[in-house]
Amino acid sequence: MKYMKYRVIKKTRSEIENWSELCINKQLISNCMNTQQNMEDRLWDYIDGAAGAEEKSAIEKLIDTNQEWKRTYHKLLEVHQSINSSDLEMPSMRFTKNVMEEIAKYHVAPATSSYINKKIIWGVAGFFLVMILGFLIYSFGQINWANNHSADIISPNLNKLNWGKFFNNTYTNIFIMVNVVLGLMLLDMYLHRKKEQLKKNF
Amino acid sequence: MHAGLTDKEIISRVLKGEQQLFAALVDRYQNYVFTLVLRFTEIREDAEELSQDIFVKAYRSLADFRGDSKFSTWLYTIVRTSCITFLRKKKLETTSIDNEKTLIQLENRESGFKANLVESKSRHAMVNEAIGLLNPDDAQIITLFYKAEQSLEEIGNIIGAEPNTVKVKLHRARQRLKEKMEKYFSHEVHEIQGD
Repeated sequence: MKYMKYRVIKKTRSEIENWSELCINKQLISNCMNTQQNMEDRLWDYIDGAAGAEEKSAIEKLIDTNQEWKRTYHKLLEVHQSINSSDLEMPSMRFTKNVMEEIAKYHVAPATSSYINKKIIWGVAGFFLVMILGFLIYSFGQINWANNHSADIISPNLNKLNWGKFFNNTYTNIFIMVNVVLGLMLLDMYLHRKKEQLKKNF
Repeated sequence: MHAGLTDKEIISRVLKGEQQLFAALVDRYQNYVFTLVLRFTEIREDAEELSQDIFVKAYRSLADFRGDSKFSTWLYTIVRTSCITFLRKKKLETTSIDNEKTLIQLENRESGFKANLVESKSRHAMVNEAIGLLNPDDAQIITLFYKAEQSLEEIGNIIGAEPNTVKVKLHRARQRLKEKMEKYFSHEVHEIQGD
């Protein structure tokens, strides 16, 4: 029994030691990788010409004095030059002709800003803003601020809210009806346009 | 014929009704657009069709080009959105070095290189092959930066990211390209260095 306990303790100790060793190694690897990453980032900035004058001279010094920096710089420079030397892909010889034949069927569409009336967008945004603000003001007006129980602040007053009063209101019904009619008109316009497009295509 | 005209001059004349002038813009940017699209589609036929669609889209919405940015930046934004839509439609998975298809492609590429020594020595071909092995986003950022001469800010406008994010992405993309070149084309790299 005693031996068993000893084995467990020994095993746990060795696990802890391995784990701490692993942590130290991981930390070292991570530090090393960060340093490498930092070096490459700085070198890429230098190669791209994005480094400032001070940074530039500091990197030049490092490249001259440090072998690791020098080796990495030459590797990255090689990649940079290779990408620069690569060619663009070319489409077929008829490409421009094909595009021009295709666009001959179309006209330039009017600029979006010319047919989208900004007043309408602002009107819609204003409408929703007023609705939200109205609802918030009404809700806050219903809160019993004197009550300390946070759970009871809103719920009793919201329960008193007579939703039927709003939805049985004549104005609300008219508003909903107008929206339904507008929706149907939009749907009709959309279907009509689709039909016209189909006619044009065939 | 229209080599002396700037993009903005061409656009204003096209908008005034000189439709044929748009061909000058197509000639000017077709290789850039085609290369960028090919990074996404990988198949030349698809890339050609999609590139045509992109130019038609650009023509149709030319009135929306306000001239705040370069025409090329505006055009590459259309390229990116069109490519993403294309990929969604085709449900293509982004290429990963781990997937089987890419490994088969790699084997073919390697054997192709070995079969033709002249081709294997071509730095251009090797870099293009290596870029083709990257995921489309990495390949696109590298192409935009090196070939399409877009600044980090402009690439940011195209892909919808901050310039600093673009910088980090570009560093990572180049790092991955370096790894691919070292892993799959080290033989060719040594040959080039030996010349």
